[in-house]
Amino acid sequence: MDKFIFGRFIPGESWVHKMDPRAKLLISFFFILLVFFANNVMSYVLVFAVLISSILLSGVSLGFFIKGIRPLLWLMVFTVIIQILFGAGGHVYWSWGWISITQQGVISAVYILLRFLAIIMMSTLLTLTTQPLQIADGVEELLKPLKKIHFPVETLALMLSLALRFVPTLMDEATKIMDAQRARGVDFGSGGVKQQVKTVVPLLIPLFVSAFNRASDIAIAMEARGYKDGLNRTKYRELRWRKQDSISGLIYVVAGVVLLFIRN
Amino acid sequence: MSITFNKVNYFYQMNSPFQHQALHDINLEIKDHSFTAIIGHTGSGKSTLVQQMNALLKPSTGFIDVDGRQITADTSNKNLKVLRQHVGMVFQFPENKLFEETVKKDVMFGPLNFGMGEAKAEAQAIKLVKEVGLDSDILERSPFELSGGQMRRVAIAGVLASDPQTLILDEPTAGLDPRGRNEIMELVQKLHQEQGKTIILVTHQMEDVAKYADQVIVMDEGQVEKIGSPQEVFSNIEWLQKHHLELPQTTQFAISMQKKGFSFPDHLPLNEDELAIELAKQIDVEGSGELG
Ligand SMILES: Nc1ncnc2c1ncn2[C@@H]1O[C@H](COP(=O)(O)OP(=O)(O)OP(=O)(O)O)[C@@H](O)[C@H]1O
Ligand SMILES: [Mg+2]
Repeated sequence: MDKFIFGRFIPGESWVHKMDPRAKLLISFFFILLVFFANNVMSYVLVFAVLISSILLSGVSLGFFIKGIRPLLWLMVFTVIIQILFGAGGHVYWSWGWISITQQGVISAVYILLRFLAIIMMSTLLTLTTQPLQIADGVEELLKPLKKIHFPVETLALMLSLALRFVPTLMDEATKIMDAQRARGVDFGSGGVKQQVKTVVPLLIPLFVSAFNRASDIAIAMEARGYKDGLNRTKYRELRWRKQDSISGLIYVVAGVVLLFIRN
Repeated sequence: MSITFNKVNYFYQMNSPFQHQALHDINLEIKDHSFTAIIGHTGSGKSTLVQQMNALLKPSTGFIDVDGRQITADTSNKNLKVLRQHVGMVFQFPENKLFEETVKKDVMFGPLNFGMGEAKAEAQAIKLVKEVGLDSDILERSPFELSGGQMRRVAIAGVLASDPQTLILDEPTAGLDPRGRNEIMELVQKLHQEQGKTIILVTHQMEDVAKYADQVIVMDEGQVEKIGSPQEVFSNIEWLQKHHLELPQTTQFAISMQKKGFSFPDHLPLNEDELAIELAKQIDVEGSGELG
């Protein structure tokens, strides 16, 4: 599955790579918030300027981001079409029954597309430059305050890190199963819709079986080593908040303030 | 009609930071009706090599000729069915790829995909389940209720059911008990001898190499280190150790005998039969010497 880029970590030594995962998570959420505040050309220019400079700073080639968008392409196309057809207001270019293409519809379609792009690219940047386990650690640290209201933060973090850890393993497994079924004459990704749906069964059933087997193996292994939740474990990997993290955060806050001024 | 590799290089994940060259300049030939064993250290590229032979992976540069059909980097993914029916492939741990409701349906899956008629495919399933040494009342059971060894046999039957002329087996006996191992290897040998199928076997079992193969390909770090008969490959002990390979057990035993003063004038025996014949010969000579 060479094409699938989501959830992949690309090692590097850049500023972005070295940041604390907590900082990256906070900044990413803040950025997504900003994206929803943007509502005119200038504000979108600002949003993308911030995004592109962050990407450049990470040293990861742009090709990866384009690959990251591909799996969600159809969702984007669908949303844009809905917006164009059903968005109302402004000059009417074309209409047929209750469907019409209007100026306002086209503009909001473009904005929605830009939002999609910005959010996907930012989350891709986060996963490309942060190891899955670091993301899980970051989430756990950020959610710590919720422990006061007895929210099972550690369990959640464990679930998250297990899930993230096994994404690549499952992908490899899926590739192997697909190869084995190809050798038995399955054509993945060709033929009509009916044909294609049929090829899903020989892939998904073995994949589920192996995922369940693996899950039960892990559960048994954890129990055998005496795992129990809520024990206030100390960490082998410690997170360190550094100057770079504060500086990056500050830049984003400034960008946010500027955005509030230039939006309509 | 045979399989030839011409200057084949293969890279995993081409043009990405994860690019990794798994095959380096491979040139080799596998003749029709031969029994070829592929050996080598873990990660040496054996699985990558055999997956080129039915175009599951395609050479990054160079080309492969399978029965007159060329496979290059540009070969389209369409119309490969004829090739894949011709060159059957049993993967590592094939039991993890079963999915149908019943054993019969699973075995019939390949043949039906390759365009065999329903009735013929069913007949094949019934015949092959027996041939791989399973009871025929297993046919209507779910493959997921079977033991690991039984599942392995069902998976092998599923590949054989398409009646491939060339059969690739990637460590088919890994993780089986000694009896299961023997039975599977005897089945493979039977297919080779009685039906004249070309066999390509990836294995870590040097005994099987010594016993069945007529050509051995030694892989190391993505390169073909040596091609030759088992006799040639197992003759140089230091060379084998250098490439992290073992001798067949019988040969190891013969070497210990040598250290105790025994001598094997022709060559070291590779399997029990050769050892027995050699011993019988020498004991016989000594025996007749005493008589005379
Ligand atoms: N999907 C993949 N992506 C990247 N690298 C891979 C992939 N599959 C295998 N490799 C690498 O290619 C090399 C050869 O792998 P291969 O599976 O062919 O080895 P092998 O000889 O079959 O080993 P084993 O005896 O363990 O089965 C290894 O270094 C492996 O890490
Ligand atoms: Mg292998």
